[in-house]
Amino acid sequence: MQAQESYNYKVVRQFAVMTVIWGVVGMLVGVIIAAQLLWPELNFGVSWLSYGRLRPLHTNAVIFAFGGSALFATSYYVVQRTCHVRLFSEALASFTFWGWQVVIVAAAVTLPLGITTSKEYAELEWPIDVLITLVWVAYAVVFFGTLAKRRIQHIYVANWFFGAFILTIAILHLVNSAAVPVTFWKSYSVYSGAQDAMVQWWYGHNAVGFFLTAGFLGMMYYFVPKQAGRPIYSYRLSVVHFWALIFTYMWAGPHHLHYTALPDWAQSLGMVFSLILLAPSWGGMINGIMTLSGAWEKLRTDPILKFLIVSLSFYGMSTFEGPMMSIKTVNALSHYTDWTIGHVHSGALGWVGLVTMGSIYYLLPRLFGRTEMYSVRLVNTHFWIATVGIVLYIAAMWIAGVMQGLMWRAVSDDGTLTYTFVESVKATYPFYAIRLLGGLLYLAGMGIMLYNMVKTIAMAQEADTRIPVPAAAHA
Amino acid sequence: MSLFTSGFWDFYIAVISLVSIVACGVFLKAQSVRAPREAGKGVGTSGHTWDEDLTEYNNPLPRWWAWLFYLTIAFALGYLVLYPGLGSYSGTLGWSQLKQLEDETRAADARFGPLYEKFAARDIAALAKSPEARAIGQKLFLNYCAQCHASDGGGSRGFPSLTDNDWLWGGTPEAIKTSIAEGRTGVMPPMGTAAGGDEGARDIAHYVLSLSGRTHDSLRAFNGKQKFQAACAACHGAEGKGNPQLGAPNLTDEIWLHGMGESAIVAQITKGSTSRMPAHKDIVSPAKLHLLAAYVYGLSRPDAAR
Repeated sequence: MQAQESYNYKVVRQFAVMTVIWGVVGMLVGVIIAAQLLWPELNFGVSWLSYGRLRPLHTNAVIFAFGGSALFATSYYVVQRTCHVRLFSEALASFTFWGWQVVIVAAAVTLPLGITTSKEYAELEWPIDVLITLVWVAYAVVFFGTLAKRRIQHIYVANWFFGAFILTIAILHLVNSAAVPVTFWKSYSVYSGAQDAMVQWWYGHNAVGFFLTAGFLGMMYYFVPKQAGRPIYSYRLSVVHFWALIFTYMWAGPHHLHYTALPDWAQSLGMVFSLILLAPSWGGMINGIMTLSGAWEKLRTDPILKFLIVSLSFYGMSTFEGPMMSIKTVNALSHYTDWTIGHVHSGALGWVGLVTMGSIYYLLPRLFGRTEMYSVRLVNTHFWIATVGIVLYIAAMWIAGVMQGLMWRAVSDDGTLTYTFVESVKATYPFYAIRLLGGLLYLAGMGIMLYNMVKTIAMAQEADTRIPVPAAAHA
Repeated sequence: MSLFTSGFWDFYIAVISLVSIVACGVFLKAQSVRAPREAGKGVGTSGHTWDEDLTEYNNPLPRWWAWLFYLTIAFALGYLVLYPGLGSYSGTLGWSQLKQLEDETRAADARFGPLYEKFAARDIAALAKSPEARAIGQKLFLNYCAQCHASDGGGSRGFPSLTDNDWLWGGTPEAIKTSIAEGRTGVMPPMGTAAGGDEGARDIAHYVLSLSGRTHDSLRAFNGKQKFQAACAACHGAEGKGNPQLGAPNLTDEIWLHGMGESAIVAQITKGSTSRMPAHKDIVSPAKLHLLAAYVYGLSRPDAAR
């Protein structure tokens, strides 16, 4: 029973490598559309290169291809190692890899062709949605099947977050994507009007809360203590913030629909629960950063820890900003401006991106039988380039967003609007240039990571996949 | 939505909302116990070890963090007393987004109303000469009209120029105001069959070209004249000078809304087109409409205006 005594690293390797590749692709598309905002001619008059079609390709590629592959890779690695058992079902695990890649390729083909449901972050048409459902059910079977045969009674905190993420995404996907197919590539949502909007943003905000937060907190709870060589700061805090986070996120969606046809009471509930969400979010940041307490000096020399800890700082920042933006009076200024884009990217580039990069840098040498990456210096370079890129990006979008909000509401003494819309676009121009520069730097960092990965894999040796005997519980 | 006309559902959602918020606080309180720490010993771990060296400390919840959590819960409860959020309860402040809009609109009307009343009483042709009225009119124009008619009023293909004193629907102050307030729909029906197919359409096109003195094939124009009288004159007039009652353009003046030249004219004859100017009376107040009409009136009469 050789297979029973070793970890399944194959599927982890596949997902880890594709994380880096899809990261480069998704961020490249992001840089292209950022450039199109500066130079609209860059669509070359070709419909499938137009901004409206590439933008959903960018979001789908970075969230579901890059982020999704990272979540598969890390959850499969973490659940095996913290349960001290091999992954449940080779075949299903392999199906999740190939199935997910087919979903991504189908997205990359259909979105530029203009085939879309037009629901943000759920643009893929129903045949692809069906495949996503199949892959996700297989994912749940593999993950929870592995948990079920664990050799340690207590379930490690990272797996709570991964489990909540897998279950909730299944529900969100099924409810929001419910549609009536008309042809093979066209369907209509079963909801209409304000209800459709509410279901969409219940989905949309929980995609942020569970896909981009809970899943990546699972990543954080394994790789931070491992890389720091320190115990998690507080078991109690992880219990409280886990339950509070997954409960409260469910209510927050209506803050995307302030001052719309959504009834006032639903908007108010969305707002107050978004504010309540602040402490549960910060619980994760505190637990991650305080885990390093007593080992701060490691931050100076260890670039992987830099990735992980700075990502937690961005997590704390954007989960403070989010509740503030959910307040109706703040939202009246920020909504529909580039401030929202800045907020999303401080979470996406800062939190999701950096924690993924740190975790993948931790994983790659272990998956390919090395003690460290081909070049640790390049990991460090990547960290600094990415950080400067993020700061440029979000600072530019903050300034641009607040400026747009103020320009749109400015009224002259004669009661007319002081600025036309196009004047606000013109004023945003320099900030679009800075944003493009920030995005280019971030993409360059990803390119360095790809190079470093290829060089590391070129020196690959047999990975140590033996399953160690679980330590006996004490105390 | 008949489900929600029952008072039960208001009650139902209000109870769930309140219980959920309060439950967050109760849960936090229940978890805030501090494990007694033995003197001289640091905080211990939970006793579990995963993956060789993963452990967890038993640190209590950070106190400042717990207070932050309580604070947001208290804020939520306070907010839901003051503002609508619990079922059909409307909050002690009586706030609603619609009421906020009405209040702000009323305040703006009170502040700016007198200024606009001053203009509303004046004649459009006279207003077109007032620099103050033109300045306001231009800002209104840039926000409401420039998307289609361009910021200088010069228009573009399919969107008429407002600066050339050629009017599809009439250029009197009243006609301009009606166009803005009520909108206009100009329909050129597809006339391919009536024109006698593609060849007939080409003949008519050359006749139309001849009307404005452009180079044309005189044989085709000769053939086209009769067809024009049969198929086109009803709207464009026997001499092709158009009809502002129908929005039918004058074809003799070298102004081409849908493109110039044989192929553009043939396309217009065979395929037709529908041009739409949307109504603005519901989104622009009567006084502002008055100023807009004056500005547009002045656009094509720069000499009269200045």
